[in-house]
Amino acid sequence: MDKVKVIARLFAVFALLAMSQGFAAGGAALDHADIDPGNKASLQRGARNFMNYCSGCHSAKYVRFNTIGKYLELSEEQLIENLMFNAEKTFETINTAMPADSAERWFGTAPPDMSLMARSKGADYVYSFLRGFYLDPDSPTGVDNKVLAGTSMPHVLWELQGYQKALSSSHTEDGVTSHSIDGFELVIDGSMDGEDFDDFVRDTVNFLVYIAEPIRSERRKLGVWVLMFLIFFWILSVMLKKQIWKDVK
Amino acid sequence: MARVEAEVGKRPEGVWGGLVKWIDDRFPMTETLKYHVTEYYAAKSFNWWYVFGVLAFVVLAIQLVTGIFLTMNYKPAAAEAFASVEYIMRDVEWGWLIRYLHSTGASFFFIVVYLHMFRAMLYGSYKKPRELIWLIGMLIFFVLMAEGFAGYLLPWGQMSYWGAQVIISLFGAIPVVGDFLVETIRGDYSISDITLNRFFALHVIVLPLTLIGLVFVHIVALHEVGSNNPDGIEIKKNKDASGKPVDGVAFHPYHTTKDLVAIIVFLMIFTAVVFFAPDMGGYFLEHANFEPANLTATPEHIAPVWYYTPYYAILRAVPDKLWGFILFGASVLLPVFLPWLDRARVKSIRYRGWIYKSALTVFVVSFLSLGWLGMQPAEGVYVMAARIFSVLYFAFFLLMPYYTSIDKTKPVPDRVVYHG
Amino acid sequence: MTEDDVDRIDRNRRHFLTVATVVTGAAGAGLASIPFLASLRPSARAQALGAPVEVPLGSIQPGEMVRVLWRGRLVFVLRRDEGMLARLPETVAELRDPDSAVVDQQPDYAVNETRSVKPEWLVVEGSCTHLGCAPLEDFEPRPVEGWGGGFFCPCHGSKFDLAGRVYKGVPAPTNMRVPPHRFVRDDLILIGQDTGAA
Repeated sequence: MDKVKVIARLFAVFALLAMSQGFAAGGAALDHADIDPGNKASLQRGARNFMNYCSGCHSAKYVRFNTIGKYLELSEEQLIENLMFNAEKTFETINTAMPADSAERWFGTAPPDMSLMARSKGADYVYSFLRGFYLDPDSPTGVDNKVLAGTSMPHVLWELQGYQKALSSSHTEDGVTSHSIDGFELVIDGSMDGEDFDDFVRDTVNFLVYIAEPIRSERRKLGVWVLMFLIFFWILSVMLKKQIWKDVK
Repeated sequence: MARVEAEVGKRPEGVWGGLVKWIDDRFPMTETLKYHVTEYYAAKSFNWWYVFGVLAFVVLAIQLVTGIFLTMNYKPAAAEAFASVEYIMRDVEWGWLIRYLHSTGASFFFIVVYLHMFRAMLYGSYKKPRELIWLIGMLIFFVLMAEGFAGYLLPWGQMSYWGAQVIISLFGAIPVVGDFLVETIRGDYSISDITLNRFFALHVIVLPLTLIGLVFVHIVALHEVGSNNPDGIEIKKNKDASGKPVDGVAFHPYHTTKDLVAIIVFLMIFTAVVFFAPDMGGYFLEHANFEPANLTATPEHIAPVWYYTPYYAILRAVPDKLWGFILFGASVLLPVFLPWLDRARVKSIRYRGWIYKSALTVFVVSFLSLGWLGMQPAEGVYVMAARIFSVLYFAFFLLMPYYTSIDKTKPVPDRVVYHG
Repeated sequence: MTEDDVDRIDRNRRHFLTVATVVTGAAGAGLASIPFLASLRPSARAQALGAPVEVPLGSIQPGEMVRVLWRGRLVFVLRRDEGMLARLPETVAELRDPDSAVVDQQPDYAVNETRSVKPEWLVVEGSCTHLGCAPLEDFEPRPVEGWGGGFFCPCHGSKFDLAGRVYKGVPAPTNMRVPPHRFVRDDLILIGQDTGAA
């Protein structure tokens, strides 16, 4: 079996395995976030959304403002005026004003840091989570979430989305009855319609994906150059090898 | 051929030659280069299965260099480790590249080493007189597994912590000394900052030094008896008038130039992963490890990194903690005995009968299947499948003395098969 | 073509390919080493921690000195009073470098009698130019000894005047360093930066 086939097969195996993502831990199907990492305008909106709606409770403590500012092509004034509420210097990281111990007392668990959320849970998870809040009279926050049942996060974006209720069905197998949520129905309107709200969340998720790995676009660009160099080098090495081996019978 | 030799073996002159002579009078430089490189003869018929040794060497070099630069910025303390990795990824100039090279290198190390070991199984490179090379190689493999295990704890992510928790507590299955051993490995009553610090020492100093020493000895042992080849023929048995094996070519410049091609192809695949898919869908950098270790919350699905999963699947297939541990250990150790389990008179698969070929195929399928099963939750049909493949894995080795002696082999030619 | 011609072409081609491969390999190795060497440079965190430091001046009395840290280094901010400023020219003859000729020790706006932007305010690194000890305050003049006030380094006895200028006959070779700094407002200086906005 020659090397090319081995490598091709290994790649195929990896690729197949890599594609088997897209389902939340509990098996709940996730909606596809469909973000465009190259869309700077979307990322700018996402940054604005994050700072205004999320950073009150969630830090992104590994992310520096000046990194974001540079990538999103914002001037220092734009950065300071629109995104920096607690911080003074642009080299500072995104921290939340909410003290961790208080947060834990109020919510039962401290709101997690968002620097790597998109990388550990995936864009689709966050996208579905933010759109997955539904009314639940038994919950202390008045809502529960389809993606993370029992979450102590309130429906922060209620003013934009409004409130929806869950349409569930029950399903009995082997004597065990389980309920699943099939969809949602909006019962209280928010300021945005469904599509606009989806875009809002999409922008936010786009930003979270960006901050999870700010170097992503640069590494891909560099990779092209590295591969081009290696292809050139490879051609030379093949020619040299053939030349040296010419006299071997 | 003679012309090439003359150019290669020419004595350097002038100032440079003077320097060489000064060194040679005090150190066996030229002599060593000749013995190990320019006059080391290996078969001209090497195929691409033969590149994985030098590729393993290349990956070792990559891991050592990137590792050194990582230790300049990494903090081996439970309270700082995770943050220091993000510091490297975001704040240190080019830190992200050094990190990805190291994490990708870890996975590629195992890909290359598994393929390198498989070559030995294809061509009987573990058979006499190369048993010691194989034993040293198996030792390298064990040290490598320990190195990977220790290294994986260092990022102090969820998978780092809980994976280590599971594997270390395995040793608790050993009767009498189990708990004592576990506490001694951990240095504490649970995996903690203390454990992290010592795993750092293991990963950065103890195991790399051991690895380098073993690789050195591995190559010395190889050069003592000479390399095998795809036909399993001993080329030293057929020498020409000047004492050189007729089927051999000097390592330099023949195998060096051929290896260079392989190294560049390897680097293309390697860098493609580093720059375009360093996570590899969560197999090279696991999703759960982007969360800092939480001692109160176990991730829903714990699995070791992909390169340990074949053995992990065997461990889980056995419904008893102690026996699972024993068979897990046995599955890792069994290949050590291959030189003595294999009773065939021929080395290479090219001249073996259908029985061995079938057995090896079953082994490969079982190993790969166990690897995949080790990543799945242990439920449903996966449990039975893991058991079946575990049995087949053991059968490959344990029944080998029998089926290799009855296997009908083909006559081995005197000269290697080379198509130019 | 004779066999010799073929051999010659082969050897030339072989030589060319060998050189080309080696050169490309060396270039690749060189380029590959850049990220590793660059990673040794101060990281974004170091740059953040090394950012300019603001020092409010409002509560500092004449004759008083405060100590601040900038990039992990001690910086003295001394508000010289009338007496101190008057005594500055008196001991010029005993100084090694009264005109701040050694360029490295201060930015050009501190090349003057008082080694400062504004005469009242001395901003100088609290590090003896001999071997780096932190000099002590010795502002009280002692006319009998001919001491007009300044800094005294306890490690090896180097002496500096109230503008951080080094005396002759002491181990320290040069004047105390003046770091880059500027006045953001009359009552606020920024140490570590002397141009543009903060």
